[in-house]
Amino acid sequence: MGVIWDAVVEAVQLIGSGAPYLFEIIFLSLRVSAIAVGIAMIVGIPTGYLLGVGRFFGRRLSLVVVNTGMGLPPVVAGLIVFMFLSRSGPLGDLRLLFSTPAMIIAQVLISTPLVTGVTAASIASVPLELRLQARSLGASWWQEAVLTIKEARRGVMAAVVAGFGGIISEVGAVMIVGGNIEHSTRVMTTAIVLEARKGNFGTALALGFILIGISFVINGLLTTLQQSGARYER
Amino acid sequence: MSDKTIPLILAESVCQKYRRRVVLDIDRFEVFEGETHALLGPSGAGKSTLLRIVGLLEKPDAGVVSIEGREVTHRSRSARMMMAAVFQKPYLFNGTVAENIGYGLKLRGVSVAERSRRVREIVGRVGLDDLINASALTLSGGEAQRVALARALVLDPRILLLDEPLSYLDPLIKRQLVADFSRILRDSGVTTVYVTHDQDEAMVVADRLSIMHEGRFVRTGGVDEVMGLPTNEWVADFIGMEAPIRGRIVGLKDDVAEIDCSSVAVHAITSLPIGTDVVVGVRPEDVTLFAADGLPASSARNILHCVVEAVEPRGATARVRMNAGGLHFAAAVSRASAQELQLEVGSAVVAVFKATAVRVGAAS
Repeated sequence: MGVIWDAVVEAVQLIGSGAPYLFEIIFLSLRVSAIAVGIAMIVGIPTGYLLGVGRFFGRRLSLVVVNTGMGLPPVVAGLIVFMFLSRSGPLGDLRLLFSTPAMIIAQVLISTPLVTGVTAASIASVPLELRLQARSLGASWWQEAVLTIKEARRGVMAAVVAGFGGIISEVGAVMIVGGNIEHSTRVMTTAIVLEARKGNFGTALALGFILIGISFVINGLLTTLQQSGARYER
Repeated sequence: MSDKTIPLILAESVCQKYRRRVVLDIDRFEVFEGETHALLGPSGAGKSTLLRIVGLLEKPDAGVVSIEGREVTHRSRSARMMMAAVFQKPYLFNGTVAENIGYGLKLRGVSVAERSRRVREIVGRVGLDDLINASALTLSGGEAQRVALARALVLDPRILLLDEPLSYLDPLIKRQLVADFSRILRDSGVTTVYVTHDQDEAMVVADRLSIMHEGRFVRTGGVDEVMGLPTNEWVADFIGMEAPIRGRIVGLKDDVAEIDCSSVAVHAITSLPIGTDVVVGVRPEDVTLFAADGLPASSARNILHCVVEAVEPRGATARVRMNAGGLHFAAAVSRASAQELQLEVGSAVVAVFKATAVRVGAAS
């Protein structure tokens, strides 16, 4: 128990001291994941809308691909990006490996299916009649899409939160493509692995607390959104 | 000014299939400016499908829809802008009553001030003044459906499409809203297609109606004509009448025709000439029953001695099926009357109905 208690005390002291090393890692983690989830939103929400409302050839296969992507192990995503960005890979000339953009690309690969899949499910739950109602009142396809996403906004927000939650806490992909380079690509999860291996349990635990805190906020938000529930009709 | 000879809505040779099953197959459907045309039929008759097709909300597998003589498709947004629809469920959007009602105006780029003025005006017409700023998701079913109607009417549409707008409401609210809807539609003069499976509702709101069955029209015409004169057994059963009565006009005196129906004389008002083979119908509600030994002093031209063939309880009323010398027809009587007359199979009664209550059509 002694080692655990010592680690807890050290972690609290570290967070309280505002150590620059700690906050550099936290901010990089948040920056990388925020940019990645932003890109995932730009790609995933329109795609999710089309998959949610569309009746086109290949829709079912597309949904299977997206749903499979939702369960893509981060380490596999990292491996794929690594192979593409490595010197001998098709995008090797971009020299992005072991950089922040490489980590962002890997996290986009992980979070986009999550945002797309959850968005598609929430859009599909908006009754067809509501879209017909909008159309019957003169809405163009674009206005109809905006209204539908607005009506499904709780589900769409949950998709974004799920996408963010899925990448802020992953370690496999960013470790492979980022390399865990100090002051460059070290993020919370890779730092926890490193500090734990070095025996610096206090630092690892401090980062762990913060990660749990962020996860708590995200899940609290998700739960609140799910509990509030959307009603489409009376 | 619109040309009254050209239907405002015309659908021709329209066919729609869902999973290879034909759900709609009609030759011609037309609605003229200012009329309320009800599509009446049981569930699965194709009423809502037809409404969505003429409302340009669904693409038919075959056929043509024209608005004011101009061919249009589900992509014709300008034609769609002439219409507004109210569905079974109101499907109100998140927001206030005012925001919901103003949604279509906002889509049309109407200014905030003008929008506000028109919304205030319409909430008065549908009786929602007190709820204008309430959240739309907190309304009762009846209030929500009024909002849905207001949301459509505020656009001042040329065509209003109503798809079973009252079917989910409880009977009390439904009765109130049927009367209100009828008044509002009449006052606004808007051309309306009204889908319903409720005959009473159709008879209150419609000028003309079409009865649909398995995706086809089985009867179209004026309300009294369609609801009073079945042309086949299915229609008769659906509208609550006995099978069509066939006969021939054998006499005409003071505008009252004498029709020989299975050797029983029935008197009716008709302009058809003597010798015409006809179909005759009388609605059960227009028939009054008396005890066989108590012949009434009545000015009614049709007084028939009948034998009761069946007594079927129908809620507050009973439907009495009778045979008058081979002529089969029915009467609707209150439960109290049924008890008083001691109606049972084999009872002898006298059925009385006026010549004006008898619908007559030329036999095809």
